[in-house]
Amino acid sequence: MWKIIHKFGSPPWFFRFATKAVQWLLPLMLIALAVGCVWGLLYAPPDFRQGNSYRIIFIHVPAAVVALAGYYVMAFAGLVSLVWKIKMADVAMRAVAPVGAALTFVALVTGAIWGKPTWGAWWVWDARITSMLILLFLYVGVVALFEAYENPEVAAKACAVLSLVGTVNIPIIYKSVDWWYSLHQPASIKFTGESAIDASMLYPLLVNIGAFYLLFAVVVMMNMRATLLETHTNAAWLREAVD
Amino acid sequence: MRSDSLGFCRQLFVRHLRCGVRRVEEVFNSLVFFLMVVTLFPLGIGPDSNTLRELSPGIFWVVALLSALSVSGRLFSADFEDGSLEQLAVSGHPLGLCAMAEVLAHWVLSGLTLVVAAPVFALMLNMVPAAIPTLMLSLVLGTLCLSLLGGIGAALTVGVRRGALLLSLVMIPLTVPVLIFGTSAVGEAAIGYDPSRWIALMGAFAAMGLLLAPLAIGAGLRISLEQ
Amino acid sequence: MYFDSLTAAWDMAGHGPYVWSAYAITLAVVASLIILPHRRARRAQQLLVRAPSGGTSDADQDPTKGGDNASQA
Repeated sequence: MWKIIHKFGSPPWFFRFATKAVQWLLPLMLIALAVGCVWGLLYAPPDFRQGNSYRIIFIHVPAAVVALAGYYVMAFAGLVSLVWKIKMADVAMRAVAPVGAALTFVALVTGAIWGKPTWGAWWVWDARITSMLILLFLYVGVVALFEAYENPEVAAKACAVLSLVGTVNIPIIYKSVDWWYSLHQPASIKFTGESAIDASMLYPLLVNIGAFYLLFAVVVMMNMRATLLETHTNAAWLREAVD
Repeated sequence: MRSDSLGFCRQLFVRHLRCGVRRVEEVFNSLVFFLMVVTLFPLGIGPDSNTLRELSPGIFWVVALLSALSVSGRLFSADFEDGSLEQLAVSGHPLGLCAMAEVLAHWVLSGLTLVVAAPVFALMLNMVPAAIPTLMLSLVLGTLCLSLLGGIGAALTVGVRRGALLLSLVMIPLTVPVLIFGTSAVGEAAIGYDPSRWIALMGAFAAMGLLLAPLAIGAGLRISLEQ
Repeated sequence: MYFDSLTAAWDMAGHGPYVWSAYAITLAVVASLIILPHRRARRAQQLLVRAPSGGTSDADQDPTKGGDNASQA
């Protein structure tokens, strides 16, 4: 396990690994995404209560799940960077933040669009959407902090501290928003329904969740590769890898 | 950590308190700020006393949050600028603990004064009088949490240009639980229910903050000094 | 397919605009998430190949070799 972290911590190794990994995973991800979306859009049956609008679930839930997981990935990278001083962890953290923010944004927009035909309003302050909005604020805070510092190494440390503080807070925020919501709207419909989801709807959802996780991994690795290319301009290993 | 660190921090705390008390205008200013923002709400929402009564817990806590934000920005900047923060960092005393002395002094001056002034503002917002003790108790804990979070945000942004805006951006999502616990406590008390669940949650958050904030603040200050 | 015809799939019993716009926005974001780092890497790579070798004493380094294209995903 320690060996693996050390391997990832080496820029040349990581560069070669990421280049190959992206070559394989990007097409795989595109196929999975296409399969999941087509299945969910055209082949899954409509929902009993919501009709066809529920099909947005196949992109809303995966985006939300990966957005939340992404924050923890970012915080973990921050922890590794602070404690073991591995530079690649900084690069990873910097790569994850905007991706996580983008996915949170997707979750929010698709959630709002879903809300209109389902509940008649473009924006409903329910627990899940409100928590997603706060997650977006947390991501934006990290990105803003990165940009505010002039020295990228110091910036990475500051963002590591911030994401760790955010990580400790996230469960508390989610729980408190949950309580807040149930306090004010006792008889509410939960967003994705407490009712068990049928297999014909579950499978395309799982496929897309997998696709979004792959998307996350691929895009983060692509971003890290690009950062390495931009910053290690004098490294011999980089020129060799590129030529 | 030196053997005399705790004593040193206690002295720091007393010194910050004395300095703050001497600068009465600052305490006065934050109270006036609070009064002015409280006035904005009826102006914006309308003077209907029933609406105000219903909204008063929320309004109160939002205003408390905003004033905590505006004040936190100045938390470490003076020491950062005149170099005393660097002196503290190399003194051998734990930086987080020294910073906590300043944060806690700041809390006493801004947060606790708010608690004392709270009944006046609460009555202006037509809050149910029975809820006022709960309001004050929740404010004691809540302003402590806000000061701790403000300290973390200030530590991370003290060396940065336009740090104030960044501070708000960074702090606001973290303060959401305080807002929710505070308004729920006061809201429940206003309709006659028992608010102790929410007070307990707020207390737990404050306890966690007291333990973890020194670490985060110390780390943040060292990072800011590195710049 | 669940729907009887393509027009039925487009319309989705009235929910069409919502579903299709949600998917369109998502796919637009996904596409930009992929394209932006790709462009960044390509640009950086071209700069790398064109620049004279900074620290290496490798005489074989030929800056006119031209950019890669095959190794990019």
